Amino acid sequence: MKQGIYSVVSNIKIAKDVYKMILSGDTSAITAPGQFVNIKLDGFYLRRPISICDYDETNITIIYKVVGQGTELMSKLDPYQKLDLLVGLGNGFDISTSGDKPLLIGGGVGVPPLYNLCKQLLAKGAVPNVILGFNTSYEIFAAKSFEKLGVKVFVTTVDGSSGIKGFVTDALPLVGDYSYFYTCGPLPMFKAVYNATATSGQFSFEERMGCGFGACMGCTYKTKDGNKRICKDGPVLVKEEIVW
Amino acid sequence: MVNTKVTLSGLTLDNPVIPASGTFGFGYEFADIYDINILGSISCKGTTKEPRFGNPTPRIAECTNGLINSVGLQNPGINKIISEELPKLSQYYKKPVIANISGFSVEEYAYSCEKIDKCEQVGIIEVNISCPNVHNGGMSFGTSAKSAFEVTKAVKAVTTKPVYMKLSPNVTDIKEIAKACEEAGADGISLINTLLGMRIDLKTRKPVIANKMGGFSGPAIFPVALRMVYQVYDTVNIPIIGMGGVSSARDVIEMMLAGATAVQVGAANLVDPFACKKIIEELPVVMQHLEIENLQDLIGGSH
Repeated sequence: MKQGIYSVVSNIKIAKDVYKMILSGDTSAITAPGQFVNIKLDGFYLRRPISICDYDETNITIIYKVVGQGTELMSKLDPYQKLDLLVGLGNGFDISTSGDKPLLIGGGVGVPPLYNLCKQLLAKGAVPNVILGFNTSYEIFAAKSFEKLGVKVFVTTVDGSSGIKGFVTDALPLVGDYSYFYTCGPLPMFKAVYNATATSGQFSFEERMGCGFGACMGCTYKTKDGNKRICKDGPVLVKEEIVW
Repeated sequence: MVNTKVTLSGLTLDNPVIPASGTFGFGYEFADIYDINILGSISCKGTTKEPRFGNPTPRIAECTNGLINSVGLQNPGINKIISEELPKLSQYYKKPVIANISGFSVEEYAYSCEKIDKCEQVGIIEVNISCPNVHNGGMSFGTSAKSAFEVTKAVKAVTTKPVYMKLSPNVTDIKEIAKACEEAGADGISLINTLLGMRIDLKTRKPVIANKMGGFSGPAIFPVALRMVYQVYDTVNIPIIGMGGVSSARDVIEMMLAGATAVQVGAANLVDPFACKKIIEELPVVMQHLEIENLQDLIGGSH
């Protein structure tokens, strides 16, 4: 974990209530895809934990949904504005267990952390397939970015306005074989994915957090391996340890 | 050269800044980012006789200048804390620590305090009779002078180290409770614990916290904490550890002027992991600016 001041490079709307922000600053504390940053905002006491969508030596990309007053304020930030961030939080995804043909399953605002994961899986020679689920066509984002990486992308919408009609699990039969899976999204989707998948996999959880770095025990989750703090021991838990 | 040392029941601290129980775990998360040996002491995570998962999540709600938590004393239990957590902490932190003990009966308090009393690295035992999160739990002890007296008496009977009773602010008269603790033999008073509060989500129209209510802390409660420290200083003749919303060196000095010998920093650690470090570094600068030579001389200076 590192604390630092980051500068907004860009902050644009990419779908209904969904924004993409690029921040420049020290990214050396990031050690795995699926980690998150915790953002201090003027006028709000607690920081906002947001997953890292992508990063390189100088920039961090986050994609976030406006769900309350804090993210509303974030959506109005202009380039060159400065933000106080804690960076490199959480365990992140473990790519060593992926096998040759991992499957990435993202739902809504759970899609972003899968993007850098996908890049890292490709870099190590795996061939990922991607399922992205949304409610409706105008909520879709990131699908083209994944396609540009050269992976096969299956988009589902609940109302059938784009792609496959239904939930992410409805795309599973079309994917074919997969060696392992990685998923991030809402809890009902997690349960469906948990039951519908044939292999082991990793789930990236979301929880209301106090600190974001393991001090307050605000986001504890009961697992088969004992109590885990979603912010520090997670957000990624493996399928075998999850208790619903 | 300014002197930031203070003496608490015979224990000399390099400075009065102590992270508050429940906001610092057992220090490891912070030891990763700075040398925690700069801290005056550490008040460790609240400990109970049995292991506890705590309350259901969500356990955290944001407020203006503060937060509500209902963690509910999640901890691995006294035995594991003595056998694992304290030895681990001793690798990073070389000074005496403050053990923080909770219980659900007078016997449980006495049981845990007697055990922790034997740990060499424990300098002070802080007895939490005020946690507002646990049904039928700590709360009731801290809200009546009689039960506060009973817990203090029972703990003092089985311990040799200084015992500080940590009081709840959710009472009609804090002075009466503090007095009862002093009469039962307490060596000091810690105050305040969190204020009972709640938030409601406007979209779901339900309480934000799963347990509905929780403990409110952060800068918003500083004036309440300061007032209670001031009142208790007037009432008892034992030292006070003041806490509640402390976020800066100026807050530390204000708390000491109200009557605190040492000061704990709680919520601030959660939004800025470097909060205690910054306060400790800021302290000599602010002291010089205010022409304070010895911090110890400030205690109760506003009375």
